[in-house]
Amino acid sequence: MLGRTLQEVSAALKQGQITPTELCQKCLSLIKKTKFLNAYITVSEEVALKQAEESEKRYKNGQSLGDLDGIPVAVKDNFSTSGIETTCASNMLKGYIPPYNATVVQKLLDQGALLMGKTNLDEFAMGSGSTDGIFGPVKNPWSYSKQYREKRKQNPHSKNEDSDWLITGGSSGGSAAAVSAFTCYAALGSDTGGSTRNPAAHCGLVGFKPSYGLVSRHGLIPLVNSMDVPGILTRCVDDAAIVLGALAGPDPKDSTTVHDPINKPFMLPSLADVSKLCIGIPKEYLIPELSSEVRSLWSKAADLFKSEGAKVLEVSLPHTSYSIVCYHVLCTSEVASNMARFDGLQYGHRCDINVSTEAMYAATRREGFNDVVRGRILSGNFFLLKENYENYFVKAQKVRRLIANDFVNAFNSGVDVLLTPTTLSEAVPYLEFIKEDNRTRSAQDDIFTQAVNMAGLPAVSIPVALSNQGLPIGLQFIGRAFCDQQLLTVAKWFEKQVQFPVIQLQELMDDCSAVLENEKSASVSLKQ
Amino acid sequence: MAAPMLRWVGRGRRWTFARVDGGSCHRREAPTGSTSNRIRGRSSVAQQPLYTTQKPRKGEHKWAAVVGLEIHAQISSNSKLFSGSQVRFSAPPNSLVSFFDASLPGTLPVLNRRCVEAAVMTGLALNCHINKKSLFDRKHYFYADLPAGYQITQQRLPIAVNGSLTYGVCAGKKQSQVIPKTVRIKQIQLEQDSGKSLHDDLRSQTLIDLNRAGVGLLEVVLEPDLSCGEEAATAVRELQLILQALGTSQANMADYEIQRQINELENGGEILNETRSFHYQLGCTMSMRDKEGKQDYRFMPEPNLPPLVLYDATSLPAGADPQQVINIDQIRETLPELPSVTRERLVQQYGMLLEHSFTLLNEVGLLEFFQNVMKETRAEPKKVTSWVLNTFLGYLKQQNLAVSESPVTPSALAELLDMLDSRTISSAAAKQVFEELWKREGKTPGQIVSEKQLELMEDRGALEQLCHSMMEAHPQVVMDLKKGNPRAINKLIGLVRKATQSRADPAMIKEILEKKLSS
Repeated sequence: MLGRTLQEVSAALKQGQITPTELCQKCLSLIKKTKFLNAYITVSEEVALKQAEESEKRYKNGQSLGDLDGIPVAVKDNFSTSGIETTCASNMLKGYIPPYNATVVQKLLDQGALLMGKTNLDEFAMGSGSTDGIFGPVKNPWSYSKQYREKRKQNPHSKNEDSDWLITGGSSGGSAAAVSAFTCYAALGSDTGGSTRNPAAHCGLVGFKPSYGLVSRHGLIPLVNSMDVPGILTRCVDDAAIVLGALAGPDPKDSTTVHDPINKPFMLPSLADVSKLCIGIPKEYLIPELSSEVRSLWSKAADLFKSEGAKVLEVSLPHTSYSIVCYHVLCTSEVASNMARFDGLQYGHRCDINVSTEAMYAATRREGFNDVVRGRILSGNFFLLKENYENYFVKAQKVRRLIANDFVNAFNSGVDVLLTPTTLSEAVPYLEFIKEDNRTRSAQDDIFTQAVNMAGLPAVSIPVALSNQGLPIGLQFIGRAFCDQQLLTVAKWFEKQVQFPVIQLQELMDDCSAVLENEKSASVSLKQ
Repeated sequence: MAAPMLRWVGRGRRWTFARVDGGSCHRREAPTGSTSNRIRGRSSVAQQPLYTTQKPRKGEHKWAAVVGLEIHAQISSNSKLFSGSQVRFSAPPNSLVSFFDASLPGTLPVLNRRCVEAAVMTGLALNCHINKKSLFDRKHYFYADLPAGYQITQQRLPIAVNGSLTYGVCAGKKQSQVIPKTVRIKQIQLEQDSGKSLHDDLRSQTLIDLNRAGVGLLEVVLEPDLSCGEEAATAVRELQLILQALGTSQANMADYEIQRQINELENGGEILNETRSFHYQLGCTMSMRDKEGKQDYRFMPEPNLPPLVLYDATSLPAGADPQQVINIDQIRETLPELPSVTRERLVQQYGMLLEHSFTLLNEVGLLEFFQNVMKETRAEPKKVTSWVLNTFLGYLKQQNLAVSESPVTPSALAELLDMLDSRTISSAAAKQVFEELWKREGKTPGQIVSEKQLELMEDRGALEQLCHSMMEAHPQVVMDLKKGNPRAINKLIGLVRKATQSRADPAMIKEILEKKLSS
């Protein structure tokens, strides 16, 4: 049951094959067994059980709230959750218990979803590895998969397994690990430059970034307001569509949400025929740093569309090479601004120094933020200085417009969806990852993803195949603004063609699988 | 749409001092080079030619002020500019604070429609160009009562620009001539107010009250077209009246502030970049926060608020939901009568002198009082104007009362003026009645007149009798008169009037006396 998709388990709940409480307990149990993954910062066991109890009553009375009723979900710890600690993996917010729910959290709860807990991330979502938070790095469940381990055994050079675990990618690595390790059926991430799609690619999941303005940001603790969107991590495209259906729509509390751009619900048709589709392949995304395996899969994917009758075009997004630098300027500038509120006065960490207000600010912020956050604040403030504003911020905004126009031009040339890699390569071991600093890593890892955020477009990473090392590789589809449904429909067709293998966590489960012993009908995927 | 109320927040202005050097026209900026004391400053806007010398010695130069003002008027709306918190005064500290006002992470601003309407109204009233598209910006500075670390304002593209304010300065021997002057309005912008810091020096701690944090302000920026404190004060007063026509406000800090800065400069001090607030009880301005040194506010577009788009009749999209759009033309139609128009009307309608119309408008509630008297009395407008501006206002000033605190109601004054008009009582008796009315004994003018027997003596026979006996009692005066001293008759008139307790018409007395003397 735990290995199933959201859609499948939702059907099982409706048919009474399992009750919400049973499902909740199984997930809680697995969360405990997989604690070493460090996917969760806070496990909201009591809340989840209570919600399960209420859900169970509804099912008994035939008053189910819909597909999400009784479904265990997890939420990245940068979404405000009423009464549940929300830390952003930072000392600054350790112990901070918000008095309100983010709109997306409230919508999930209103649909009957069970909140299992708050997931780990890079501090304030600044990172691409989920390695730079105060609660430590998140471990990629694929490190413990049969697929990966078997490949490693064949490699005589492989080192000690335990110290050689892989990163999840990030910054929504906790959410990705939580879904990947079957501790929940869907999780919210946030996506500012790729933070949902990147860990989705590394953890073999569907990672969806909706159009900017489609889903409310109210309650999402901001990284870059003009680029942030709540992201969705699921095991399949249909699940992402179900969650999107629950979350999308205008919010009076977020003035940047758009009124009724899309017809709901997000039911995805099964495409029988892709011959009317035009897939664009941006030539600038073919860069030397791209691993040969990813490049070959990308090319195979294009061939697949071609062979099924779709038109596949090479397109140009000429300003791509300026994108990551531009992103850096805009991102740090907004970070500098957004982080100004953390002064230790209203909430969060406050230092013991009280000689003056200024001294208190300084010490509070020094103690509260890690080097990455402080570094971004510093450079952001530099870019916003009066003498630098025109040369950096304004210029970056202009480049941002050019980048957005690149996409518009590509779509205007008749392309329906763009197909690109999500990441340069598969997930790397933690010890390898930390050889480079956060900034370098972010610049590398966001290379294919952040331009989409600057243009506000919908994009989804779909797991395609396993690498030679037995690790997932994802490809990214980018759609027209507010054509999220079309994008997901194409992604669903593609997902069906590639038949990405399900993670085999048999050993992991055996290590800790009292939960599965009674699971007579353990899903096929787990037994493979 | 109801008129938005505007409350004055007298603070934030910029001053430029130009020294008048020995009669020459050379002018120079203040020694600091500072042309602005803006509350949250931008670069200087002074337009005087620079003439730099060493610092002036005391008394060596006269100083002429070149005054530009930034006036922050608090918009009186039910809720704050970007949150649903109530706006209310003297509420318990921190009782009107939403999650957004306290800058809880993840909260977002939502623009208050009424504040936008207030800004459009004010812009129209001040002859501004209303920008169909305006933008919001973040202005960063760390301060304990600014929870987000930035203030949302309109730096790049404000809601209204390029307006003008016409005001009248009194001149002439008796200050009875009104000279119209105009000050340009650079812009009107919407912005958030900050909270309040309360410093407890005894325990060396600062307490923060966020009730005011996020309340909507209209910042009206005047170009430095004003040349003295009086002009500044008059312009501000006119602006205040305009804002009152849409709401209410009161404050006056201009004169005090200029004198303070002149003293400061003459004493060799330097005028710091600082924000000063007017303290009503102390009657002086006080430093609000230390803004010494140039501060870089690191302005940035507010990413959580899309551009504010306004429409007019021509640009209004068909089928637009009236709740979702603001129509400038519609607001223009609802504008109330502005003070300049009111004054014009008073002059036309009542044949009033222009300076009298100014006085009527300048005192809060006086115009309304006047108009209420006019409604109920048959007396001539000139008579009413004279009574309201001289007698009534005189009594108020003497006792330092506001119109609303007056013991005399418009109806009572109307009744009194009617009696005067119908010659039931003399002017002197009327003054007496007015004085009685002022005592708040709850009597009507009619009651007072009859109790005190103040009616004019209509009985000619009785008056003739009285005149006769008065002539008999003062033969010396009669002799004087007959000897050819015509002024002596005034003494007799006075005596007769006194005997009638001023109830007799002096003209009638004079007539009777003259008749008797010539017979």
